[in-house]
Amino acid sequence: MSGHAGEPFAKLPVEPKPPLRRFHQARWDEPIIFEQSRPGRRGISVPAAGVPAVELPGSVRRAEPPRLPEMGQLQVLRHYVRLSQENLGVDNAIAVGQGTCTMKYSPKINDRFVSDPKVAELHPLQPEDTVQGTLEIYWQLERILTEVSGMHRVSLQPGSGSAAIYANVAMIRAYHASRGEGRQRDQVITTMFSHPSNAACAKTAGYEIITLMPDADGYPDIEALRAAAGPRTAALLITNPEDTGIFNPRIAEFVDIVHRAGGLACYDQANANGLLGITRAADAGFDLCHFNLHKTFSTPHACGGPAAGACGVSEALAPFLPGPTVEFDGERYYLDADRPQSVGKIRPFIGVTPNVVRAYAWAMTLGAEGLREVAEIAVLNNNYLMHKVLQIPGASAPWDRRRVEQVRYSWQELSEETGVHSEEIGIRAADFGVHYWTSHHPYVVPEPFTLEPTEAYSQEDLDEYAAILAHVADEARRDPDFVKGAPYNQTVHKTDQTWLDDPKSWAVSWRAYVRKHLS
Amino acid sequence: MTAGRPVTPATASPTPDASPAPGAPGGAPLTIGLVVNPVAGVGGPAGLKGSDGADVQREALARGSRPRAAERAAQAVRALLARRPGTRILTVAGPMGEDSARAAGAFPELVRIAPGDPSSSKDTTAAVEAMREADLLLFAGGDGTARDVLDGAPSCPVLGIPAGVKVYSGCFAVSPAAAGLTAAEFVPGDGRSTVEAEVVDLDEEVYRRGAVAPRLYGTLRVPAVRARLSGRKVGSSSAGPGSAEGVAREVVARMRPGVRYVLGPGATTAAVGRLLGSATTLLGVDVIQDGELIAADVTEKELLALVDGHESCAVVSVIGGQGFVLGRGNQQISPAVLKKIMASGGLVVLATQQKLAGLAGRPLLADTGDPEADALVEGHVSVITGYRESAMYRIRSAIEELPA
Repeated sequence: MSGHAGEPFAKLPVEPKPPLRRFHQARWDEPIIFEQSRPGRRGISVPAAGVPAVELPGSVRRAEPPRLPEMGQLQVLRHYVRLSQENLGVDNAIAVGQGTCTMKYSPKINDRFVSDPKVAELHPLQPEDTVQGTLEIYWQLERILTEVSGMHRVSLQPGSGSAAIYANVAMIRAYHASRGEGRQRDQVITTMFSHPSNAACAKTAGYEIITLMPDADGYPDIEALRAAAGPRTAALLITNPEDTGIFNPRIAEFVDIVHRAGGLACYDQANANGLLGITRAADAGFDLCHFNLHKTFSTPHACGGPAAGACGVSEALAPFLPGPTVEFDGERYYLDADRPQSVGKIRPFIGVTPNVVRAYAWAMTLGAEGLREVAEIAVLNNNYLMHKVLQIPGASAPWDRRRVEQVRYSWQELSEETGVHSEEIGIRAADFGVHYWTSHHPYVVPEPFTLEPTEAYSQEDLDEYAAILAHVADEARRDPDFVKGAPYNQTVHKTDQTWLDDPKSWAVSWRAYVRKHLS
Repeated sequence: MTAGRPVTPATASPTPDASPAPGAPGGAPLTIGLVVNPVAGVGGPAGLKGSDGADVQREALARGSRPRAAERAAQAVRALLARRPGTRILTVAGPMGEDSARAAGAFPELVRIAPGDPSSSKDTTAAVEAMREADLLLFAGGDGTARDVLDGAPSCPVLGIPAGVKVYSGCFAVSPAAAGLTAAEFVPGDGRSTVEAEVVDLDEEVYRRGAVAPRLYGTLRVPAVRARLSGRKVGSSSAGPGSAEGVAREVVARMRPGVRYVLGPGATTAAVGRLLGSATTLLGVDVIQDGELIAADVTEKELLALVDGHESCAVVSVIGGQGFVLGRGNQQISPAVLKKIMASGGLVVLATQQKLAGLAGRPLLADTGDPEADALVEGHVSVITGYRESAMYRIRSAIEELPA
């Protein structure tokens, strides 16, 4: 406080605030909603309609009512508000700690658009004439994404980034099959630091995976690619910048090597947030690419529910795009399902419309210059944060290279000195109300942590985040057992994650939990 | 006092908010055996590259080295008791464990053996044999100690507290505290909770002359360390495609009729034998053809005869942390044998992605003793990392990589 307004307060015996937030997570011990259900409770009492009931055939009738929780409105509202308070996310924390996930702010105005009945009450089977505006948004967003990527066409059908990668792999398979080389080309090449969904999707589609390991400079070994590429190569699936944040300057050579072997080159653009308006997939010679609309284009992350992915292809691959495609004849928009070479549907209907609307609104509010500015600020923020983090004794960024939009750092030095591991530093950091993540499996960088500040965070946010890390690193030196005992200010202490590794135990739904653990 | 520090001590109770894991013993007392090799690590600071042998130990002490194993064992016990108070500790009287346990605030029970002074390898082996009651055996030392533990044929899973000069074996935790915490979270009798880890050791005599020669001695069951990761995106299962079983499935899937497969030593190649139902050896070189074991634990001479005139393929794993695939522990695959193999079926290497990543971009190494034979494998080799998964990785002659 300054000036006259502050003077009366200056005399009050108020201690100055400590440099770090005195955060404490709300803790409600909230049971899950199914456990709160009581027979007969209702949120809304619906009066009898007064019209005769329609006799449904037995084959479509439920034998028993769905086992939905039965609760009052207040109890439902309170339940979800409490859960939201037990959470850390972009809306209440500095969420720069989930590198590779591009946790940027999703502007609330875009949520108002999608909660408008014009979007919220759409039915996927409505006649085309009644959804001309929606189809126009699909069409226009496709134009934006073809411009950003340089590709010929883009499909918005995939419901997630990995679904978009899978769609790309399906197109690669269909392309080679159409040339009589489907059986012969049974290998997909990827890199250690590419997003793991590349290997996973290609393997799911039946391909054998060859991984290129990083060389001593941190780039994927180009000589290994030369040795691996051949008549069995279907495609190279590569992320650039990789999850280290290092941009591969020889990417066009990688594409050339694969093309000369008769394979296709597919660009995983999960890390596109630092590239918008700066580089384009098509300019490096790629045949296919994808975007995660929930990363780069600010729509919500899905966590298993529908997010949105987009796959872009060259003209040669366009006939294989998933469908139906959205077309425009100059007067009206329509769906084209008559595409004999299409790989078909990656998910039902034409896409996750609310997310397509959000991404379109986001891109339109920014404009072309704004999109480039997003990338510039994301890169600037990342390099600012890197500068701050590397001043913390014990923190390092393996490979002395400039980074684009994220960095995979290492606490190796601190960990060897103190015995405190990266996960433990992250758990302690949560005591100050921030989120932190280590690395994809396997841990190639020792004691890893991956930060991606995006364009959404202010300089003060980044300063605060770096100060928290510096504080925890200092605690680790002075009192390692204290850091290992964290968290102290969180909802839960430590959770046993071994369930996640065991198909017999894991349960991602209440039904599965009841089946595996209660019956 | 640090900001945000609670009033109650952090170590007051074990994970108060965590619900017990499925199958967890629900607070049943856990018995941990503790064996300390009191001289482990003594040779390192003295520049002796190891502590094997009484002469070396005397020399190290004369050079002013202080043993560090006792202190590191105490660190592990402290971490164990902080996470799981009330754990029963079974150990050996004096410096082989009792001193460390007491230094960590434990009241250990002692097994009835009388170690010599100073203690020797035999005492370690005898201590392991005397700890049949333990659910898990912690031992503090290095690769040499791990070999002694292996000789004692432990009846329960083990875990090493790294305290030696050479710690190349896979049976060690990353730090003393990690060993203690892993022990505290160990669930006895849960089949999913252990994995096989290799015990390798360097020949110290050779190592002191400047060469690195890791040798595989066998395997021990160790707790599967499941990282307590915050917000991870993927899990890893011990039965996953990147496990030894996954690698073995891929090797078997690639086998062609009529071709002779020369399996080098190691836990991963042993998994191939298990999958085929063949009695292959862990430490020897075996030959498989058409899914059948046609020769086990062969000598170089026998191997040369077996690959002569037959299409043959060598399947070898990476021994130790330096990336050696030929000339270490598999000398039966001699230059003469390798020349015949490279003229027909070629070389396949087995390794997990983690192991390759651990090389930090350095190449795999061949050191058969014949530069001409090494040159045959130079370039890039297909490394099987899991079922339908491989890496293309650089391999070089060790002569070019190691200082003379």
